Amino acid sequence: MNEYKGESLCWQVADGVVELTLDRAPANEIGLAMLDDLERFAAALPELESKASALILYSKQSAGFSAGADLRELYTLIQQTDAASAAKGVREFLERIHTVLNRIDMSSLTTIAAVHGVCFGGGFELVLACDLIVADKMARFCFPELRLGLIPGFGGIPRLKRDIGNGVVRDLLLTGRSVNATKALAVGLASQVAAEGEALRVARATAAQVTKFDRATAAAAKRFIKPLPTEELRREIDIFCQLFVKPAVMQGLRKFIENTDAHPYLP
Amino acid sequence: MSDVYFDAELMKTLEQTTDEILNLAAVHFKVPRANLQPNDDFFKKLGIDSLQALELLTRLENHFGVELPDYEVAGVSDFRTLATRIQARL
Repeated sequence: MNEYKGESLCWQVADGVVELTLDRAPANEIGLAMLDDLERFAAALPELESKASALILYSKQSAGFSAGADLRELYTLIQQTDAASAAKGVREFLERIHTVLNRIDMSSLTTIAAVHGVCFGGGFELVLACDLIVADKMARFCFPELRLGLIPGFGGIPRLKRDIGNGVVRDLLLTGRSVNATKALAVGLASQVAAEGEALRVARATAAQVTKFDRATAAAAKRFIKPLPTEELRREIDIFCQLFVKPAVMQGLRKFIENTDAHPYLP
Repeated sequence: MSDVYFDAELMKTLEQTTDEILNLAAVHFKVPRANLQPNDDFFKKLGIDSLQALELLTRLENHFGVELPDYEVAGVSDFRTLATRIQARL
């Protein structure tokens, strides 16, 4: 499928580059609709990989790349069922999103995330499945999960550990603070910083560069230098599910959802 | 005498920092500069939410060349206190 337009995203192929555009208001929250669309994308990848060399992920939402998991949807679903069913549903969601992100992670395409605005939680984890990150000067990266009594559950910790120093991983995880593009570049998270509004253009220039190289060689190089941390990814799901059943999580979710404070995205 | 001189310099620099914050906020959130005062609540005066507050934080970090953890500005709502936080990083 060369082109697709879904509820949450669309993609198209042109000149050897696949562009996957996230476009679900208000901030590309990753819930069931986005997951369904991402699974469609993952299913289409074999065909896309036969026609292209690079994949760009970016967002059309002005708020940013993605604010992460759809907490409102999660909270609503939990309210509608018993604790055991909710826990089972969460594990199933995690298994599904892991399958998608692992597929993107291991794609033979060189994958480039063009990030602007908020790139939080699950959105950050989607970006971490990519090979390269081009960060707009206004991008902010964050793992806010501890604020909810959780850890990142979409594979973010093993992937971040793969890419940058453990000290920085501990800082992001244990403080739950967001960092800007300058910091992301300094610690090796972002490969390039673009001026405000220019991340997609820079990502396209990078993708054009990538298309010059032999596909099989590039794919072999990528397989060599980018192992999938399979065991740790499984362990992360288990830890997340253990934490999810604790009362602090529901309290954290309720606080976020029912917050009339203007500041739910600040720690 | 030298302590007074040092304090005077510190106060002046904080005023300058505050002024730069007000200028930047006025430009980017399209609010008349004359309407902004150091003690104003920037959420209310700029009409912004927490996502836009993060945008303001990013612009300030880029402008002043500092890194300011967002937990340091959680609970801060006026420009002058924000300036104090930034001043501590200069």
